[in-house]
Amino acid sequence: MTLYEMLQRDVRFVEGLKACMNCGVCTAICPAAEFFDYDPRMLAVEVQSRDDSKIEKLLRSETIWYCGQCMSCKTRCPRGNCPGLIINALRKLSQELGYFTESRRGRQQYALKKTLIENILQRGYCIHPDSLTPELHPEQGPVWEWFFNHREELYDRLGANLDKEGAGTLRKISPDVLAELKAIFDESGATAFHEKIERYSLKKAKEIGIEEHEMEDYFMLVFTNN
Amino acid sequence: MKHQAKSIIWSDYQKTIPADGFYYLRSCIRQNFFPGSERAFLQIMQNDLGKDVFDDPKHTTCTGIAYHSDLLPFETLQTVVARQFALMSEAGYRNLAVSCVTSFGIYSEVLETWKEFPDEMEKARTYLRKATGRELAIPENVAHCSDIFYHFRNEIAARLQYPLINGETGQPLKIVEHIGCHYAKMFPGKGVGGAEFSCVLSGMIEAWGGEVVDYPERRHCCGFGFRQYLIMANRGYSVSNSKKKFESMEPYRPDAIICNCPGCTMFLDKWQYTIGELEGKTYGGEGRGIPVLTYEELAGLALGYDPWDLGLQMHQVDCEPLLQKMGIKYNPGLKYRGLKGEDLGKPVIPNCFNRAVHSF
Repeated sequence: MTLYEMLQRDVRFVEGLKACMNCGVCTAICPAAEFFDYDPRMLAVEVQSRDDSKIEKLLRSETIWYCGQCMSCKTRCPRGNCPGLIINALRKLSQELGYFTESRRGRQQYALKKTLIENILQRGYCIHPDSLTPELHPEQGPVWEWFFNHREELYDRLGANLDKEGAGTLRKISPDVLAELKAIFDESGATAFHEKIERYSLKKAKEIGIEEHEMEDYFMLVFTNN
Repeated sequence: MKHQAKSIIWSDYQKTIPADGFYYLRSCIRQNFFPGSERAFLQIMQNDLGKDVFDDPKHTTCTGIAYHSDLLPFETLQTVVARQFALMSEAGYRNLAVSCVTSFGIYSEVLETWKEFPDEMEKARTYLRKATGRELAIPENVAHCSDIFYHFRNEIAARLQYPLINGETGQPLKIVEHIGCHYAKMFPGKGVGGAEFSCVLSGMIEAWGGEVVDYPERRHCCGFGFRQYLIMANRGYSVSNSKKKFESMEPYRPDAIICNCPGCTMFLDKWQYTIGELEGKTYGGEGRGIPVLTYEELAGLALGYDPWDLGLQMHQVDCEPLLQKMGIKYNPGLKYRGLKGEDLGKPVIPNCFNRAVHSF
């Protein structure tokens, strides 16, 4: 099966790339194109060529990790294409094939997986205040630092239900519910997908001299290195 | 003739919003950073407007932040969404009230996918049944919570204690509205007024007495970018996009920024601090920032809710200048207190903001 055919199995790719006429409106509106050396028009053209060598180069590149998923391109394309969806399919395939560890930004998937997926499966939220430490989030400023240090009292003050039974803001998600999420992840392919991210990341870490018991170092490397 | 054509186009961007009976789906970011806003939504809906909104402990994250960070197969996302829909149906509801714009985009994307690719829906149905024993249901209506406040904007206006008027000048407050990208850029027909002329927030602002600021980068992204913020090394992308907006709105001297998206509210608040620290630049005049509020915080203030019950002490940019312009009576001494009035200290005032005007 060619890489293009593998992409076509993803409905987001089918929806995102109909027939690009190379007008460049997506690039004009794209915030990532303004900030990075990134051109969604060229991306659509290269993928549309069905040239597997070009697609493989993209899958191993920094290019596919620049998109910020704002989906402004979806609004503007006169042909109903959406480079943001093409990106979703390319990133998925890059991780399936292990190519993502060949780019600096691709390697960041390891840190994202460690934070977001563990939050979801252990707490039922993508983000939880315990993981929003001021050290990892200096941009949050002194007010968040103050709030973080008094979070139990202040969430109470604001009517939240932090880590407690029942309904409400930041309630404890029950073990039964978390078990349902885990079962969904197992059944629908997420668990196997995450094992691939872990496996390929460990392989890359070993290549650069980081052993399995030192993966926290790999996390900090991909999280902070630019 | 021209007017008729415009009316036809405009009709594509009208949206049916139910009058009552909502299953509430919370936001990860808002629960962390704006807990007072979710509480205010429920209080205003249930107590002020007498509406039925059900807050179910069994729902979870929609996983949207992880999905847009490309960590989840699309099939997994669809199945988690299917579970939320099943819970809604099991609780006896047909309408969703969605707190988060990312989630709202996710629910819209999944429902549109199921229309175009029915096999995807059948896969999600099967995964859901096998994993949880639950049965997929399709909501009759998916409204973002800002849609719902827009729908009831006149009922809220009838109860206002503090309209959006500058008490010193008698002029309408000048307010920037920022619509989260995933509210209508992906599916313009799902948002009130579409992507370019979204009126979900401007409708509230005008109904409550304020004046909407139009500025060149009004529809530009705040810069969240998911992985572009979540990874520390990438945050330059995020702050640069917000900076572009601040530079564009600054000449209009807005009194406040109102957002309907959790991430946007947080970033437009926190990046003002970051830009101040990096470059010494502030955008609100006199060494201040521009206050950034959620639409529930704005509605709550206008209805007479206490600013510290709404959670304005969690904002990095002080909101007191707005409170003073609106003539709101509040106790500055309670800003940093706990539930029982206990002293919890105070955050450090950053050097980038004018300390002389931060003596609240």
